[in-house]
Amino acid sequence: MAFAGFMFYIFAAICVACGVMVVTSRNAVHSVLFLILAFFNAAGLFVLIGAEFLAMILVVVYVGAVAVLFLFVVMMLNVNFTELRRGAKNYVYVGATLGGILFLELAIVATSWTLGPQMSAITLGPVVGAVSNTRSIGQVIYTDYVYLFQGASLILLVAMVGAIVLTLRQRAGVKKQVIADQVSRSSKDELIIVKVDSGSGI
Amino acid sequence: MADLFDGIWWSGYVWPTLITILLILCIMIPIMLSVAYLTLAERKVIGWMQLRKGPNVVGPFGLLQPIADALKLLMKETIIPAGANPVLFLIAPMLTFVLALIAWAVIPFSDGMVLADINVGVLYLFAISSLGVYGIIIAGWASNSKYAFLGALRSAAQMVSYEVSIGFVIVTVLLCVGSLNLSDIVRSQAGGGFWNWYFLPLLPMFVVFIISALAETNRAPFDLPEAEAELVSGYNVEYSAMAFALFFLGEYANMILMSGMTVVLFLGGWLPPVDAQPFTWIPGPIWFAIKIAFVLFIFLWVRATFPRYRYDQLMRLGWKVFLPLSLFWVIATAGFLVAFDLLPHSMN
Repeated sequence: MAFAGFMFYIFAAICVACGVMVVTSRNAVHSVLFLILAFFNAAGLFVLIGAEFLAMILVVVYVGAVAVLFLFVVMMLNVNFTELRRGAKNYVYVGATLGGILFLELAIVATSWTLGPQMSAITLGPVVGAVSNTRSIGQVIYTDYVYLFQGASLILLVAMVGAIVLTLRQRAGVKKQVIADQVSRSSKDELIIVKVDSGSGI
Repeated sequence: MADLFDGIWWSGYVWPTLITILLILCIMIPIMLSVAYLTLAERKVIGWMQLRKGPNVVGPFGLLQPIADALKLLMKETIIPAGANPVLFLIAPMLTFVLALIAWAVIPFSDGMVLADINVGVLYLFAISSLGVYGIIIAGWASNSKYAFLGALRSAAQMVSYEVSIGFVIVTVLLCVGSLNLSDIVRSQAGGGFWNWYFLPLLPMFVVFIISALAETNRAPFDLPEAEAELVSGYNVEYSAMAFALFFLGEYANMILMSGMTVVLFLGGWLPPVDAQPFTWIPGPIWFAIKIAFVLFIFLWVRATFPRYRYDQLMRLGWKVFLPLSLFWVIATAGFLVAFDLLPHSMN
Protein backbone atom coordinates (compact mmCIF):
# COMPACT_ATOMS: atom_id res chain seq x y z
CA MET A 1 0.00 0.00 0.00
CA ALA A 2 2.91 2.35 0.68
CA PHE A 3 3.84 2.18 -2.97
CA ALA A 4 0.27 3.04 -4.05
CA GLY A 5 0.32 6.04 -1.71
CA PHE A 6 3.62 7.18 -3.15
CA MET A 7 2.25 6.85 -6.68
CA PHE A 8 -0.88 8.78 -5.66
CA TYR A 9 1.21 11.74 -4.53
CA ILE A 10 3.27 11.65 -7.72
CA PHE A 11 0.19 11.55 -10.00
CA ALA A 12 -1.70 14.13 -7.95
CA ALA A 13 1.26 16.53 -7.76
CA ILE A 14 1.91 16.34 -11.52
CA CYS A 15 -1.81 16.72 -12.20
CA VAL A 16 -2.09 19.89 -10.10
CA ALA A 17 1.16 21.31 -11.47
CA CYS A 18 -0.10 20.72 -15.02
CA GLY A 19 -3.37 22.41 -14.17
CA VAL A 20 -1.45 25.49 -13.03
CA MET A 21 0.70 25.41 -16.15
CA VAL A 22 -2.38 25.20 -18.41
CA VAL A 23 -3.53 28.55 -17.04
CA THR A 24 -0.17 30.29 -16.77
CA SER A 25 1.84 29.23 -19.80
CA ARG A 26 2.22 31.91 -22.47
CA ASN A 27 1.94 29.63 -25.48
CA ALA A 28 -1.52 28.19 -26.16
CA VAL A 29 -0.06 25.00 -27.65
CA HIS A 30 1.93 24.43 -24.46
CA SER A 31 -1.31 24.93 -22.50
CA VAL A 32 -3.04 22.17 -24.45
CA LEU A 33 -0.05 19.85 -24.04
CA PHE A 34 -0.08 20.42 -20.26
CA LEU A 35 -3.83 19.76 -20.29
CA ILE A 36 -3.11 16.42 -21.98
CA LEU A 37 -0.53 15.58 -19.32
CA ALA A 38 -3.10 16.45 -16.64
CA PHE A 39 -5.65 14.08 -18.26
CA PHE A 40 -3.02 11.39 -18.37
CA ASN A 41 -2.22 11.72 -14.67
CA ALA A 42 -5.91 11.72 -13.82
CA ALA A 43 -6.10 8.39 -15.65
CA GLY A 44 -3.25 7.21 -13.41
CA LEU A 45 -5.30 8.19 -10.35
CA PHE A 46 -8.25 6.17 -11.69
CA VAL A 47 -6.00 3.13 -12.06
CA LEU A 48 -4.87 3.54 -8.44
CA ILE A 49 -8.44 3.33 -7.11
CA GLY A 50 -9.05 0.24 -9.26
CA ALA A 51 -11.24 1.89 -11.91
CA GLU A 52 -9.10 0.75 -14.85
CA PHE A 53 -11.98 0.86 -17.34
CA LEU A 54 -12.64 4.54 -16.61
CA ALA A 55 -8.91 5.25 -16.82
CA MET A 56 -8.60 3.72 -20.27
CA ILE A 57 -11.77 5.43 -21.53
CA LEU A 58 -10.43 8.74 -20.22
CA VAL A 59 -7.24 8.24 -22.24
CA VAL A 60 -9.07 7.04 -25.38
CA VAL A 61 -11.74 9.75 -25.41
CA TYR A 62 -10.11 12.82 -23.91
CA VAL A 63 -6.44 12.35 -24.73
CA GLY A 64 -6.85 10.38 -27.95
CA ALA A 65 -9.67 12.31 -29.58
CA VAL A 66 -10.86 15.50 -27.85
CA ALA A 67 -7.43 16.91 -27.03
CA VAL A 68 -6.18 16.16 -30.55
CA LEU A 69 -8.95 18.39 -31.90
CA PHE A 70 -8.10 21.08 -29.32
CA LEU A 71 -4.50 20.97 -30.42
CA PHE A 72 -5.57 21.05 -34.03
CA VAL A 73 -7.66 24.19 -33.53
CA VAL A 74 -5.12 25.99 -31.36
CA MET A 75 -2.30 25.32 -33.83
CA MET A 76 -4.42 26.46 -36.80
CA LEU A 77 -5.89 29.59 -35.21
CA ASN A 78 -2.56 31.07 -34.13
CA VAL A 79 -4.18 33.28 -31.48
CA ASN A 80 -1.86 35.68 -29.69
CA PHE A 81 -2.78 35.05 -26.07
CA THR A 82 -0.36 37.61 -24.61
CA GLU A 83 -2.31 40.25 -26.51
CA LEU A 84 -5.55 39.00 -24.98
CA ARG A 85 -4.08 39.01 -21.48
CA ARG A 86 -2.91 42.62 -21.58
CA GLY A 87 -5.68 44.09 -19.41
CA ALA A 88 -6.01 41.07 -17.15
CA LYS A 89 -4.59 42.82 -14.08
CA ASN A 90 -7.58 45.19 -13.91
CA TYR A 91 -9.85 42.25 -13.19
CA VAL A 92 -7.71 40.68 -10.47
CA TYR A 93 -9.88 41.90 -7.57
CA VAL A 94 -13.18 40.79 -9.10
CA GLY A 95 -11.69 37.41 -10.01
CA ALA A 96 -10.15 36.94 -6.58
CA THR A 97 -13.46 37.75 -4.86
CA LEU A 98 -15.39 35.27 -7.03
CA GLY A 99 -12.71 32.61 -6.55
CA GLY A 100 -12.72 33.21 -2.80
CA ILE A 101 -16.50 32.79 -2.59
CA LEU A 102 -16.32 29.57 -4.62
CA PHE A 103 -13.52 28.23 -2.45
CA LEU A 104 -15.45 29.07 0.71
CA GLU A 105 -18.54 27.26 -0.58
CA LEU A 106 -16.46 24.24 -1.55
CA ALA A 107 -14.84 24.20 1.87
CA ILE A 108 -18.25 24.35 3.60
CA VAL A 109 -19.59 21.50 1.48
CA ALA A 110 -16.47 19.39 1.92
CA THR A 111 -16.29 19.77 5.69
CA SER A 112 -19.99 19.18 6.37
CA TRP A 113 -20.18 16.17 4.05
CA THR A 114 -21.02 12.93 5.85
CA LEU A 115 -21.30 9.50 4.41
CA GLY A 116 -23.57 6.67 5.48
CA PRO A 117 -21.91 3.83 7.38
CA GLN A 118 -22.11 1.41 4.42
CA MET A 119 -20.78 4.01 1.98
CA SER A 120 -17.62 4.71 3.97
CA ALA A 121 -16.83 1.01 3.89
CA ILE A 122 -17.30 0.95 0.11
CA THR A 123 -15.28 4.04 -0.69
CA LEU A 124 -12.25 2.92 1.31
CA GLY A 125 -10.62 1.10 -1.56
CA PRO A 126 -11.14 -0.83 -4.76
CA VAL A 127 -13.68 -3.60 -4.49
CA VAL A 128 -11.85 -6.82 -5.11
CA GLY A 129 -14.46 -9.36 -5.98
CA ALA A 130 -15.89 -11.62 -8.61
CA VAL A 131 -17.26 -8.77 -10.73
CA SER A 132 -14.77 -6.72 -12.75
CA ASN A 133 -15.39 -2.99 -12.93
CA THR A 134 -16.00 -3.12 -16.69
CA ARG A 135 -18.92 -5.45 -16.10
CA SER A 136 -20.28 -3.45 -13.17
CA ILE A 137 -20.19 -0.19 -15.16
CA GLY A 138 -22.01 -1.94 -18.00
CA GLN A 139 -24.58 -3.24 -15.51
CA VAL A 140 -25.22 0.23 -14.10
CA ILE A 141 -25.32 2.07 -17.45
CA TYR A 142 -27.21 -0.44 -19.57
CA THR A 143 -29.53 -1.97 -16.99
CA ASP A 144 -30.31 0.52 -14.22
CA TYR A 145 -29.97 3.81 -16.08
CA VAL A 146 -30.46 2.76 -19.71
CA TYR A 147 -33.03 5.46 -20.59
CA LEU A 148 -30.98 8.27 -19.06
CA PHE A 149 -27.90 7.01 -20.87
CA GLN A 150 -29.69 6.79 -24.22
CA GLY A 151 -31.20 10.22 -23.60
CA ALA A 152 -27.75 11.71 -23.01
CA SER A 153 -26.45 10.15 -26.21
CA LEU A 154 -29.45 11.52 -28.16
CA ILE A 155 -28.68 15.02 -26.85
CA LEU A 156 -25.09 14.64 -28.08
CA LEU A 157 -26.36 13.45 -31.45
CA VAL A 158 -28.62 16.48 -31.76
CA ALA A 159 -25.70 18.76 -30.87
CA MET A 160 -23.59 17.09 -33.54
CA VAL A 161 -26.26 17.40 -36.21
CA GLY A 162 -26.75 21.03 -35.22
CA ALA A 163 -23.04 21.79 -35.57
CA ILE A 164 -22.97 20.18 -39.01
CA VAL A 165 -26.09 22.08 -40.15
CA LEU A 166 -24.60 25.38 -38.96
CA THR A 167 -21.30 24.91 -40.76
CA LEU A 168 -22.54 23.24 -43.94
CA ARG A 169 -22.68 25.54 -46.93
CA GLN A 170 -23.38 24.66 -50.52
CA ARG A 171 -20.94 26.33 -52.83
CA ALA A 172 -21.50 26.56 -56.53
CA GLY A 173 -18.90 25.27 -58.94
CA VAL A 174 -17.32 22.64 -56.68
CA LYS A 175 -16.32 19.52 -58.55
CA LYS A 176 -17.09 16.36 -56.64
CA GLN A 177 -16.02 12.87 -57.52
CA VAL A 178 -18.79 10.29 -57.73
CA ILE A 179 -17.03 7.06 -56.85
CA ALA A 180 -19.77 4.84 -58.37
CA ASP A 181 -19.34 6.58 -61.75
CA GLN A 182 -15.58 6.14 -61.55
CA VAL A 183 -15.81 2.46 -60.75
CA SER A 184 -18.38 1.74 -63.45
CA ARG A 185 -16.26 3.29 -66.20
CA SER A 186 -14.97 0.83 -68.76
CA SER A 187 -12.41 1.11 -71.51
CA LYS A 188 -15.12 0.72 -74.17
CA ASP A 189 -16.75 4.03 -73.26
CA GLU A 190 -13.62 6.02 -72.66
CA LEU A 191 -11.07 4.82 -75.16
CA ILE A 192 -11.11 5.22 -78.96
CA ILE A 193 -8.42 3.57 -81.03
CA VAL A 194 -7.83 5.45 -84.24
CA LYS A 195 -5.54 4.58 -87.09
CA VAL A 196 -4.16 7.82 -88.42
CA ASP A 197 -2.65 8.17 -91.86
CA SER A 198 0.58 10.07 -91.62
CA GLY A 199 0.22 13.72 -92.55
CA SER A 200 -3.60 13.82 -92.44
CA GLY A 201 -4.37 14.28 -88.73
CA ILE A 202 -7.65 13.37 -87.08
CA MET B 1 20.09 1.93 6.90
CA ALA B 2 19.50 -1.60 8.12
CA ASP B 3 15.80 -1.23 7.25
CA LEU B 4 16.69 -0.69 3.62
CA PHE B 5 18.13 -4.16 3.30
CA ASP B 6 15.36 -5.76 5.28
CA GLY B 7 13.66 -8.86 3.87
CA ILE B 8 10.41 -7.06 2.99
CA TRP B 9 12.15 -4.25 1.16
CA TRP B 10 14.25 -6.66 -0.85
CA SER B 11 11.63 -9.29 -1.67
CA GLY B 12 8.70 -6.86 -1.90
CA TYR B 13 10.13 -4.06 -4.03
CA VAL B 14 13.67 -4.49 -5.35
CA TRP B 15 13.48 -8.09 -6.54
CA PRO B 16 10.15 -7.75 -8.44
CA THR B 17 11.45 -4.55 -10.07
CA LEU B 18 14.61 -6.30 -11.24
CA ILE B 19 12.59 -9.24 -12.61
CA THR B 20 10.23 -6.88 -14.43
CA ILE B 21 13.13 -4.98 -15.97
CA LEU B 22 14.61 -8.29 -17.14
CA LEU B 23 11.26 -9.32 -18.66
CA ILE B 24 10.94 -5.93 -20.39
CA LEU B 25 14.38 -6.43 -21.91
CA CYS B 26 13.34 -9.93 -23.05
CA ILE B 27 10.45 -8.32 -24.97
CA MET B 28 12.25 -5.17 -26.16
CA ILE B 29 15.41 -6.66 -27.62
CA PRO B 30 13.60 -9.08 -29.97
CA ILE B 31 11.29 -6.23 -31.02
CA MET B 32 14.22 -3.93 -31.83
CA LEU B 33 15.87 -6.73 -33.81
CA SER B 34 12.59 -7.41 -35.65
CA VAL B 35 12.28 -3.72 -36.47
CA ALA B 36 15.82 -3.68 -37.86
CA TYR B 37 15.21 -6.73 -40.01
CA LEU B 38 11.70 -5.60 -41.00
CA THR B 39 13.34 -2.67 -42.81
CA LEU B 40 15.57 -5.14 -44.67
CA ALA B 41 12.63 -7.46 -45.38
CA GLU B 42 10.65 -4.52 -46.73
CA ARG B 43 13.39 -3.52 -49.15
CA LYS B 44 13.99 -7.12 -50.20
CA VAL B 45 10.30 -7.99 -50.71
CA ILE B 46 9.56 -4.81 -52.64
CA GLY B 47 12.72 -5.40 -54.64
CA TRP B 48 11.61 -8.89 -55.64
CA MET B 49 8.13 -7.66 -56.52
CA GLN B 50 9.67 -5.01 -58.78
CA LEU B 51 12.18 -7.46 -60.33
CA ARG B 52 15.15 -5.92 -58.52
CA LYS B 53 17.56 -7.55 -56.09
CA GLY B 54 17.16 -5.20 -53.13
CA PRO B 55 20.11 -4.51 -50.79
CA ASN B 56 22.74 -7.20 -51.39
CA VAL B 57 26.12 -5.54 -50.82
CA VAL B 58 26.60 -5.28 -47.04
CA GLY B 59 27.15 -8.79 -45.72
CA PRO B 60 25.78 -12.03 -47.22
CA PHE B 61 22.44 -11.33 -49.01
CA GLY B 62 22.60 -7.80 -47.53
CA LEU B 63 21.96 -9.18 -44.03
CA LEU B 64 24.17 -6.55 -42.36
CA GLN B 65 22.41 -3.65 -44.12
CA PRO B 66 20.18 -2.66 -41.11
CA ILE B 67 23.25 -2.52 -38.86
CA ALA B 68 25.08 -0.33 -41.35
CA ASP B 69 22.03 1.98 -41.57
CA ALA B 70 21.78 2.21 -37.79
CA LEU B 71 25.50 3.05 -37.48
CA LYS B 72 25.15 5.72 -40.15
CA LEU B 73 22.25 7.36 -38.30
CA LEU B 74 24.13 7.17 -34.98
CA MET B 75 27.21 8.91 -36.38
CA LYS B 76 25.32 11.82 -37.95
CA GLU B 77 24.75 15.17 -36.30
CA THR B 78 21.36 15.98 -34.74
CA ILE B 79 20.39 19.33 -36.22
CA ILE B 80 17.83 21.51 -34.45
CA PRO B 81 16.45 24.21 -36.77
CA ALA B 82 16.89 27.79 -35.54
CA GLY B 83 13.14 28.54 -35.57
CA ALA B 84 12.14 25.29 -33.90
CA ASN B 85 10.86 24.82 -30.37
CA PRO B 86 13.83 22.78 -29.10
CA VAL B 87 12.20 21.00 -26.15
CA LEU B 88 9.11 19.81 -28.03
CA PHE B 89 11.23 19.14 -31.11
CA LEU B 90 13.22 16.55 -29.14
CA ILE B 91 10.29 15.22 -27.09
CA ALA B 92 8.27 14.27 -30.20
CA PRO B 93 10.50 11.43 -31.52
CA MET B 94 10.98 10.07 -28.00
CA LEU B 95 7.22 10.04 -27.49
CA THR B 96 6.63 8.16 -30.75
CA PHE B 97 9.26 5.59 -29.86
CA VAL B 98 8.17 5.08 -26.24
CA LEU B 99 4.50 4.71 -27.20
CA ALA B 100 5.39 2.15 -29.83
CA LEU B 101 7.16 0.07 -27.18
CA ILE B 102 4.95 0.33 -24.05
CA ALA B 103 1.96 -1.16 -25.86
CA TRP B 104 3.80 -4.50 -25.95
CA ALA B 105 3.31 -4.86 -22.18
CA VAL B 106 -0.13 -6.45 -22.67
CA ILE B 107 0.48 -8.59 -25.78
CA PRO B 108 0.27 -12.31 -24.89
CA PHE B 109 3.03 -14.28 -26.62
CA SER B 110 1.73 -17.60 -25.35
CA ASP B 111 -0.70 -18.87 -22.71
CA GLY B 112 0.35 -16.97 -19.58
CA MET B 113 3.41 -15.50 -21.29
CA VAL B 114 2.51 -11.82 -20.90
CA LEU B 115 4.16 -8.99 -18.98
CA ALA B 116 0.97 -7.39 -17.61
CA ASP B 117 -2.15 -9.56 -17.79
CA ILE B 118 -4.60 -6.71 -17.18
CA ASN B 119 -8.37 -7.01 -17.51
CA VAL B 120 -8.74 -4.10 -19.93
CA GLY B 121 -5.90 -5.13 -22.25
CA VAL B 122 -7.73 -4.26 -25.47
CA LEU B 123 -8.63 -0.80 -24.21
CA TYR B 124 -5.02 -0.23 -23.13
CA LEU B 125 -3.82 -1.11 -26.63
CA PHE B 126 -6.46 1.13 -28.17
CA ALA B 127 -5.55 4.00 -25.84
CA ILE B 128 -1.83 3.72 -26.55
CA SER B 129 -2.32 3.51 -30.29
CA SER B 130 -4.56 6.59 -30.18
CA LEU B 131 -1.76 8.48 -28.41
CA GLY B 132 0.63 7.81 -31.29
CA VAL B 133 -0.74 10.83 -33.13
CA TYR B 134 0.86 13.20 -30.59
CA GLY B 135 4.41 12.36 -31.56
CA ILE B 136 3.61 13.31 -35.15
CA ILE B 137 1.55 16.42 -34.45
CA ILE B 138 4.07 17.79 -31.92
CA ALA B 139 6.90 17.11 -34.37
CA GLY B 140 5.05 18.96 -37.11
CA TRP B 141 4.35 21.98 -34.95
CA ALA B 142 7.73 22.16 -33.22
CA SER B 143 9.63 22.01 -36.52
CA ASN B 144 8.21 25.42 -37.46
CA SER B 145 8.09 24.41 -41.11
CA LYS B 146 5.11 24.46 -43.47
CA TYR B 147 5.77 21.01 -44.96
CA ALA B 148 6.14 19.38 -41.56
CA PHE B 149 3.03 21.12 -40.23
CA LEU B 150 0.88 20.10 -43.20
CA GLY B 151 2.06 16.51 -42.83
CA ALA B 152 1.23 16.54 -39.13
CA LEU B 153 -2.27 17.95 -39.67
CA ARG B 154 -3.03 15.38 -42.33
CA SER B 155 -1.82 12.63 -40.07
CA ALA B 156 -3.86 13.82 -37.09
CA ALA B 157 -7.08 13.91 -39.11
CA GLN B 158 -6.33 10.54 -40.68
CA MET B 159 -5.54 8.73 -37.44
CA VAL B 160 -8.55 10.15 -35.59
CA SER B 161 -10.83 9.10 -38.48
CA TYR B 162 -9.63 5.53 -38.76
CA GLU B 163 -9.53 5.00 -35.00
CA VAL B 164 -13.33 5.12 -35.04
CA SER B 165 -13.68 2.14 -37.35
CA ILE B 166 -10.92 0.25 -35.50
CA GLY B 167 -12.90 0.83 -32.30
CA PHE B 168 -16.06 -0.67 -33.80
CA VAL B 169 -14.15 -3.66 -35.19
CA ILE B 170 -12.74 -4.31 -31.71
CA VAL B 171 -16.26 -4.05 -30.26
CA THR B 172 -17.47 -6.74 -32.71
CA VAL B 173 -14.72 -9.10 -31.58
CA LEU B 174 -15.40 -8.30 -27.92
CA LEU B 175 -19.08 -9.18 -28.40
CA CYS B 176 -18.01 -12.69 -29.42
CA VAL B 177 -15.47 -13.01 -26.59
CA GLY B 178 -17.14 -11.45 -23.57
CA SER B 179 -13.90 -10.17 -22.06
CA LEU B 180 -11.48 -7.28 -22.57
CA ASN B 181 -8.47 -9.42 -21.64
CA LEU B 182 -6.24 -10.23 -24.62
CA SER B 183 -5.40 -13.74 -23.37
CA ASP B 184 -9.13 -14.47 -23.02
CA ILE B 185 -9.65 -13.29 -26.60
CA VAL B 186 -7.11 -15.84 -27.84
CA ARG B 187 -8.43 -18.59 -25.55
CA SER B 188 -11.95 -18.14 -26.89
CA GLN B 189 -10.61 -19.00 -30.36
CA ALA B 190 -9.07 -22.28 -29.17
CA GLY B 191 -10.20 -25.81 -30.05
CA GLY B 192 -10.74 -26.72 -33.69
CA GLY B 193 -7.84 -25.06 -35.46
CA PHE B 194 -8.24 -22.13 -37.79
CA TRP B 195 -11.98 -22.74 -38.27
CA ASN B 196 -12.47 -21.26 -34.82
CA TRP B 197 -10.46 -18.09 -35.43
CA TYR B 198 -12.48 -14.92 -35.77
CA PHE B 199 -11.25 -13.98 -39.25
CA LEU B 200 -13.73 -16.44 -40.82
CA PRO B 201 -17.01 -15.50 -39.12
CA LEU B 202 -16.04 -11.81 -39.04
CA LEU B 203 -14.37 -11.69 -42.47
CA PRO B 204 -15.61 -8.19 -43.47
CA MET B 205 -14.41 -6.80 -40.13
CA PHE B 206 -11.04 -8.50 -40.62
CA VAL B 207 -10.63 -6.70 -43.95
CA VAL B 208 -11.74 -3.37 -42.44
CA PHE B 209 -9.27 -3.85 -39.59
CA ILE B 210 -6.31 -4.57 -41.89
CA ILE B 211 -7.06 -1.52 -44.06
CA SER B 212 -7.61 0.70 -41.00
CA ALA B 213 -4.35 -0.61 -39.55
CA LEU B 214 -2.58 0.55 -42.72
CA ALA B 215 -4.13 4.00 -42.27
CA GLU B 216 -3.40 4.10 -38.54
CA THR B 217 0.30 3.35 -39.06
CA ASN B 218 0.56 5.81 -41.99
CA ARG B 219 1.58 3.08 -44.40
CA ALA B 220 1.05 2.97 -48.14
CA PRO B 221 -1.49 3.45 -49.74
CA PHE B 222 -2.42 5.88 -46.93
CA ASP B 223 1.05 7.39 -46.38
CA LEU B 224 -0.20 10.91 -47.06
CA PRO B 225 1.51 12.44 -43.99
CA GLU B 226 4.88 11.71 -45.58
CA ALA B 227 3.92 11.98 -49.23
CA GLU B 228 7.31 12.59 -50.85
CA ALA B 229 5.86 14.16 -53.95
CA GLU B 230 4.03 17.07 -52.35
CA LEU B 231 5.34 17.32 -48.77
CA VAL B 232 9.02 16.35 -49.28
CA SER B 233 8.82 13.93 -46.35
CA GLY B 234 6.03 15.31 -44.17
CA TYR B 235 6.27 15.69 -40.41
CA ASN B 236 9.85 14.43 -40.11
CA VAL B 237 11.38 16.62 -42.80
CA GLU B 238 13.44 18.70 -40.32
CA TYR B 239 14.74 15.72 -38.37
CA SER B 240 18.16 14.17 -38.74
CA ALA B 241 20.33 11.46 -37.19
CA MET B 242 19.00 9.72 -34.04
CA ALA B 243 15.85 11.85 -33.80
CA PHE B 244 14.90 10.68 -37.29
CA ALA B 245 15.91 7.13 -36.41
CA LEU B 246 13.53 7.16 -33.42
CA PHE B 247 10.63 8.15 -35.70
CA PHE B 248 11.64 5.43 -38.12
CA LEU B 249 11.92 2.78 -35.39
CA GLY B 250 8.63 3.93 -33.85
CA GLU B 251 6.80 3.64 -37.18
CA TYR B 252 8.07 0.12 -37.80
CA ALA B 253 7.48 -0.97 -34.20
CA ASN B 254 3.92 0.31 -34.62
CA MET B 255 3.55 -1.80 -37.76
CA ILE B 256 4.63 -4.90 -35.85
CA LEU B 257 2.30 -3.95 -33.01
CA MET B 258 -0.72 -3.55 -35.30
CA SER B 259 0.12 -6.92 -36.88
CA GLY B 260 0.28 -8.41 -33.38
CA MET B 261 -3.12 -6.89 -32.62
CA THR B 262 -4.54 -8.37 -35.84
CA VAL B 263 -3.15 -11.79 -34.90
CA VAL B 264 -4.58 -11.66 -31.38
CA LEU B 265 -8.01 -10.43 -32.46
CA PHE B 266 -8.52 -12.44 -35.65
CA LEU B 267 -5.84 -15.05 -36.24
CA GLY B 268 -5.86 -16.98 -32.98
CA GLY B 269 -2.74 -15.55 -31.30
CA TRP B 270 -0.40 -18.31 -30.20
CA LEU B 271 -2.71 -21.16 -31.30
CA PRO B 272 -1.58 -23.59 -34.03
CA PRO B 273 -3.67 -23.55 -37.24
CA VAL B 274 -4.59 -27.22 -36.92
CA ASP B 275 -5.18 -28.70 -33.48
CA ALA B 276 -3.31 -31.94 -34.27
CA GLN B 277 0.00 -33.66 -33.57
CA PRO B 278 2.75 -32.16 -35.76
CA PHE B 279 1.42 -28.60 -35.42
CA THR B 280 1.06 -28.64 -31.64
CA TRP B 281 4.76 -29.57 -31.24
CA ILE B 282 5.76 -26.06 -32.30
CA PRO B 283 5.58 -23.75 -29.26
CA GLY B 284 3.07 -20.85 -29.10
CA PRO B 285 5.47 -17.89 -29.42
CA ILE B 286 6.77 -19.32 -32.72
CA TRP B 287 3.24 -19.55 -34.15
CA PHE B 288 2.62 -16.01 -32.94
CA ALA B 289 5.78 -14.79 -34.71
CA ILE B 290 4.92 -16.65 -37.92
CA LYS B 291 1.44 -15.10 -38.00
CA ILE B 292 2.84 -11.61 -37.32
CA ALA B 293 5.32 -12.13 -40.17
CA PHE B 294 2.43 -13.09 -42.46
CA VAL B 295 0.44 -9.93 -41.63
CA LEU B 296 3.59 -7.83 -42.05
CA PHE B 297 4.07 -9.38 -45.47
CA ILE B 298 0.57 -8.14 -46.37
CA PHE B 299 1.67 -4.63 -45.28
CA LEU B 300 4.70 -4.79 -47.58
CA TRP B 301 2.74 -6.42 -50.41
CA VAL B 302 0.17 -3.61 -50.31
CA ARG B 303 2.93 -1.01 -50.38
CA ALA B 304 4.45 -2.53 -53.50
CA THR B 305 1.05 -2.89 -55.22
CA PHE B 306 -1.21 0.13 -54.68
CA PRO B 307 -0.81 3.80 -55.60
CA ARG B 308 -1.30 6.44 -52.91
CA TYR B 309 -4.83 7.58 -52.07
CA ARG B 310 -5.91 11.16 -52.57
CA TYR B 311 -6.79 12.97 -49.34
CA ASP B 312 -10.54 13.35 -50.00
CA GLN B 313 -10.76 9.69 -51.04
CA LEU B 314 -9.06 8.71 -47.79
CA MET B 315 -11.57 10.67 -45.70
CA ARG B 316 -14.48 9.33 -47.75
CA LEU B 317 -13.34 5.74 -47.23
CA GLY B 318 -12.97 6.26 -43.48
CA TRP B 319 -16.19 8.12 -42.73
CA LYS B 320 -18.60 7.10 -45.47
CA VAL B 321 -17.66 3.45 -46.03
CA PHE B 322 -15.89 1.96 -43.01
CA LEU B 323 -17.82 3.76 -40.28
CA PRO B 324 -21.33 2.76 -41.50
CA LEU B 325 -20.13 -0.74 -42.41
CA SER B 326 -18.51 -1.43 -39.04
CA LEU B 327 -21.44 0.13 -37.17
CA PHE B 328 -23.86 -2.09 -39.09
CA TRP B 329 -21.71 -5.12 -38.38
CA VAL B 330 -21.65 -4.39 -34.63
CA ILE B 331 -25.46 -4.34 -34.61
CA ALA B 332 -25.72 -7.40 -36.87
CA THR B 333 -23.30 -9.42 -34.72
CA ALA B 334 -25.04 -8.40 -31.51
CA GLY B 335 -28.43 -9.29 -33.01
CA PHE B 336 -27.16 -12.65 -34.24
CA LEU B 337 -25.62 -13.52 -30.87
CA VAL B 338 -28.76 -12.55 -28.97
CA ALA B 339 -31.13 -14.28 -31.41
CA PHE B 340 -29.28 -17.60 -31.24
CA ASP B 341 -28.43 -17.24 -27.54
CA LEU B 342 -24.69 -17.41 -28.24
CA LEU B 343 -23.65 -14.50 -26.02
CA PRO B 344 -20.69 -15.46 -23.81
CA HIS B 345 -21.75 -15.62 -20.18
CA SER B 346 -18.97 -17.47 -18.43
CA MET B 347 -16.21 -14.87 -18.08
CA ASN B 348 -16.62 -11.82 -15.87
